[in-house]
Amino acid sequence: MRFLEKVRMRLQMLLHRGRESDRLDAELEFHLEQQIAENRSAGMSPLEARQAALRCFGNPVVLREQARESWSWNGLDALARDIRIATRTLLRSPGFALTAILIMALGIGANVALFTLVRSVLLRPLPFAEPGQLVGIFEAQSDGTDQDNIVAGGCFGVWQDQARSFTNLAITQEIDYNLAGAGNQLPEVVDAQAASWNLFPLLGVQPAVGRLFTAADDQPGANATAVLTWGLWKRRFGGDPSVVGRSILIDAKSYTVVGILPAWFAWPDSKVELWTPLYHEKSPALMRMFDAHSFDVVGRLRPGVTMQQASAELNALQREIRREHPDGPVNDAVNLRSLVDAETYDIKTSLYVLLGATGCLLLIACLNIANLLVARSASRSREAAIRMALGGSRLRLIREQIVESTILAAAGGLLGLLLASGILRWLISTRDDIPRADAIHMDGVVILFALVAILGCGLLAGLIPALTSRDARVLAALQESSRSHSGGRGRARLRQVLLVLEVGLTVVLLIGAGLLLRSYRELRSANLGFAQRNVLTMEVNLPKNSYPTADRRLGFAEQLLSKVRTLPGVEAAGLTTIIPGAGRRRDDVFIISEHPPLPRGQTLDALTRFVDPGYFSAMQIPLLEGRSLDPGERLDHAQVVVVNQELVREYFPNEDPIGRHIQTQMVFGNALLRIVGVVGSTRDEISHDPYPVIYYPLLSGDQRGMTLVMRSRRDTAGIALSAQKAIASLDPQLPVRKVLTMEQVLGESTLDARFDATLLFAFAVLSLLLAMVGLFGVLSFMVAQRTTEIGVRIALGASRERIMQQMLRDGLRPAVYGLVLGLVASAGVTRLIASLLFGTKPFDPAVFVLVPGILLLVAGLACALPAWQASRLDPMQALRTE
Amino acid sequence: MAKPNDLVQGTLDLLIMRTIAWEPMHGWAIAKRIEQISQEVLQVQQGSLYPALHRLEQQGWIRAKWAESETGRQAKFYALTAAGKKQLEAEKANWNRLSAAIDLVIETA
Repeated sequence: MRFLEKVRMRLQMLLHRGRESDRLDAELEFHLEQQIAENRSAGMSPLEARQAALRCFGNPVVLREQARESWSWNGLDALARDIRIATRTLLRSPGFALTAILIMALGIGANVALFTLVRSVLLRPLPFAEPGQLVGIFEAQSDGTDQDNIVAGGCFGVWQDQARSFTNLAITQEIDYNLAGAGNQLPEVVDAQAASWNLFPLLGVQPAVGRLFTAADDQPGANATAVLTWGLWKRRFGGDPSVVGRSILIDAKSYTVVGILPAWFAWPDSKVELWTPLYHEKSPALMRMFDAHSFDVVGRLRPGVTMQQASAELNALQREIRREHPDGPVNDAVNLRSLVDAETYDIKTSLYVLLGATGCLLLIACLNIANLLVARSASRSREAAIRMALGGSRLRLIREQIVESTILAAAGGLLGLLLASGILRWLISTRDDIPRADAIHMDGVVILFALVAILGCGLLAGLIPALTSRDARVLAALQESSRSHSGGRGRARLRQVLLVLEVGLTVVLLIGAGLLLRSYRELRSANLGFAQRNVLTMEVNLPKNSYPTADRRLGFAEQLLSKVRTLPGVEAAGLTTIIPGAGRRRDDVFIISEHPPLPRGQTLDALTRFVDPGYFSAMQIPLLEGRSLDPGERLDHAQVVVVNQELVREYFPNEDPIGRHIQTQMVFGNALLRIVGVVGSTRDEISHDPYPVIYYPLLSGDQRGMTLVMRSRRDTAGIALSAQKAIASLDPQLPVRKVLTMEQVLGESTLDARFDATLLFAFAVLSLLLAMVGLFGVLSFMVAQRTTEIGVRIALGASRERIMQQMLRDGLRPAVYGLVLGLVASAGVTRLIASLLFGTKPFDPAVFVLVPGILLLVAGLACALPAWQASRLDPMQALRTE
Repeated sequence: MAKPNDLVQGTLDLLIMRTIAWEPMHGWAIAKRIEQISQEVLQVQQGSLYPALHRLEQQGWIRAKWAESETGRQAKFYALTAAGKKQLEAEKANWNRLSAAIDLVIETA
C-alpha cells in the first residue's frame, strides 16, 4: 500500500513538477493570507497586518526552497539546473566549446574505434557453443625454434586415435576451387576449406538447409559432396533451396551440394565460401605422412580438462611420434592456443600498440581541456569568489565545473561515436588482413566503454581545475583579481604540471611513430632482388579433371607463354608457382647426394618454386653462375634445378655447387636433380632475410597452379586485359585471379607495417598539435596575468630582450621537463614494439635525436608569440589595464 | 519556550500526524491547532512545517487534497493514509516509551 503510494508520489513529482511547484506557491500564499486575516481580526490595519504577517513568515524564497528539498528527484532537479547553467556558460564562449568538443571527439572517437577492434577481434568469444573449450593446435619444436607449424596428417591421426583430453578433434585446410560457370555465369575461383566431417558438430553448427557432412562423405571412395555458405548460396545460386541435392562443377568435377550453412557462420573468415570433406579430397598417403605439414587442427577440450593437461598429453604423443620418425621434418612438440588466440595472435601486438597510442591521445586531449578549463576558471575566479561570498557552496561550484566538462565530453563523445564508426569502416576496408573482420561491430560493451570514457574524461578534465579553487579563500581571490600582478601563481603551476605530462606523452607517441616509420622505410627500401616496377602478375589454377596429364599442363604453359610474349607492350614474361614477396608458402626438405649423410634428426630445407626458363630474365633475377633452365628440359627430361645464392652460402660453403645433385621426396619422386646454375637471392618474405630457394623446372608439367608474370616497358594497365584474353582463348572455362602489379603484391605484404606507422604518426602529430596549443595557451595566460608586473619592470628599465628571454624560459621549462620525462618513458615503452620493427633498433639514434629536436622547435614556436607580445608591452598601457 | 528547531526531528512529524488524525487540515490550521492544544508552548514555524508536510507526503504517510477552506478559498488539506495511521500508532508508542524513560531518569537520578 505504502509502496504504491510512494510510487504514485514519485511519478507525480517527476511528471508534474511544474504544477507541484505552482501548488507549493499557492499553499504558502494561502498560509500568508490566513495570517493576515488573523492579524486583521486582531485589530491591525491592512498594511500593518500584512507587514506583521510577512515578518513572521520569513523569506518566502528560502521557505519554498526548504519545502522543495524534501521532494524526490531533487538531485535531478539540481542537475538539470547545473546543466542549464553550464550550457549557457559554454554557449557564451562558443570558440572554446567547439575546440574542446572537437578535441574530445577525436580522442574518444579514436579510442572507441580501436577498442571496438580489440574487443571484436581479440576479446569477443567465437560464436560457438562453449567457445572456451575450443583450441587451435600447432606442431612445434621443443627447442622453441618453431611454435606455430601447421600440422601433418599422420600426427593428426595419432592424436585423434589416442588423445583423451578432447571430445573431438577436427582438421581443415584452405583450398581454392574453380567454380565452373553455369548458363551465362563466368567461371570463378572461390576461397574454400576442406574439413573433416566432424568439424561442424565440434563447433556446434546446424545447417540452414539440407544437411552437413557425415562420416560416410569424408572418405576417399565416397561420392563428392560440398556444403555452401549462405553468402555463396545467395550470390551465385539466388538462394534457391532446390540447389541442395543438385550437382555443381568444382574443378571440373561433379559435386553434390548437400547443405547450406547458416547466415551467421563466417569461420575462419567471411572469405571462405565453400566446404568439402577433407579425407575425400586428399590422398590417403598424404593423410598418413608425418612430415608433410599442411593442415590446421581444431579441438574441443573435454569438460574439466585444462589446456595445460591437454598440452601435456599431446606433447607426450608427439615426442613418441618423433622417436619413431627420427628423420625428416617431423616436429617433437605441440603448441595449444585458445582458438581465438590462434586466429589473431599475428595482429595482437599491433592492435594493442595502437590502442595504447589512442589511450595516450585521449589522455593528452583530457589534459589539454583541463588546461583550458583551468585558464577559464582563473579568469572566472572573481565570479566564483562573489558567489561564495553570497553563500554559494563550494561543492556546488565544483559540481558546476564538472558538469561543464562532462557536457563537453558528452558532446565530444557523441561526435566521437560517429567518427568511430567512420574510422572502423575505413579500417576494415583498408586492412583486409584483420581476422574475424565480420565480427567487428559496436555492441553494448563498446557503448559502455564510450560512456565510461566520456564520464572519465569529464571528471578528469573538470576535477583538476575544480580542485585548484580549493585554496581560493574568498577575500584573497577578490583581492587577487583586483590586482593582477602576481595573479594565479598556483594555477599557473598546475597548468605547467599538466603540460609536462602532456609533452611527455607526446614524446612517447612521437618516438613510437618515428621508429615505426623508419622501420617501414627500411622495409620498403630493402633490396628485394627482383623487378618491382611495371610487373604484372595473374594467377590460374588448372583443374585436375581437364588437365589430367603432364602433357596437357605443359601444353597450356608453353602456349600461354608464346602467346603472351608476342603481346604488344610485353617485354618479358615467365611462369612461376609462387611469386617472390608473397611469403614462404611452400618449403621442402632435401638432401645433397654428394654430401655424407646428415646426423639423425637434421634436415636441409629450402623454399620450393617451379619456374620456366624465361622467368629469371622476366623478373630480372641475375644469373650468377652456370646456366639457366633450358626450354628443351621438359617433361621427363627436366632433371635439373637452379638454386639461389643464399642456398649456396648456407649449404655449399667453399664448394662449387654446379654439377652437384639434390634429391627430395616431395618433387619428382626422389629423382637425382643436377644443379645447373645459381641465381641471385630474393626476399620472399619482405621483413625477413632471403631464404634458400630451389627452382625446379615448371616445364616438367608437374604443377597445376601457376602465376604469370609480365614485365612491360611502360604502364602495365594496357597488358592486363590482353593477357586475360590470351588465357581465355586457350581455355574459356579457366578463371583468372589476383591480377595484381608487383607493387600491389608488395604493398599488401607491407600493408600492416605502413598502416601501423601511418596511424601512429597521425596520433603523434595530433598530440604534438595539442601540446603546442597547450604551451601557447599557458604562456599567453601567464603573460596576460603578469601584464602589470611586466609593465612595471619595463618602466623601471628592464630591457625588452630580458623580458622576452624570461618569458621564453618560463614557457619552455615545462616542454623541457616533459621532454626528459617522455624520453625516459620511451626507453621503457619502445621495447614493447620491438617485435613490430624491421631493421630498426628500439633505441634508434636518429629517432631519439630528431624527436627532441622537432619537439623543442615546435615548443619554441608556440612560446615565441606570447613572449614577443610580452616584450612589446607598452608600460603605460600595462599599468592602466587595472 | 521551545522553538521548533529544538523539537527532536521526528517529533514534529508525530505532532502533525496526531493533529490531522481526526480530520483533514491545511497547513495553517495544523500550526494553529498545535499551538492551541499546547497552550502556546509549541510554536510551529512555516520553515519547519512545510518541509515536514512535504516530506511526510513524499513518504506516503499523509496524502494531500485540494479543497475549499472555511473562508471559501482553495487550500491544500492533508489527511493520514492507512499506512500513516499505522505509523502514527507506532510513533506514539515509541514516544510514550521514550518520554517515560526520560521521566524515570529525571525523577529518580
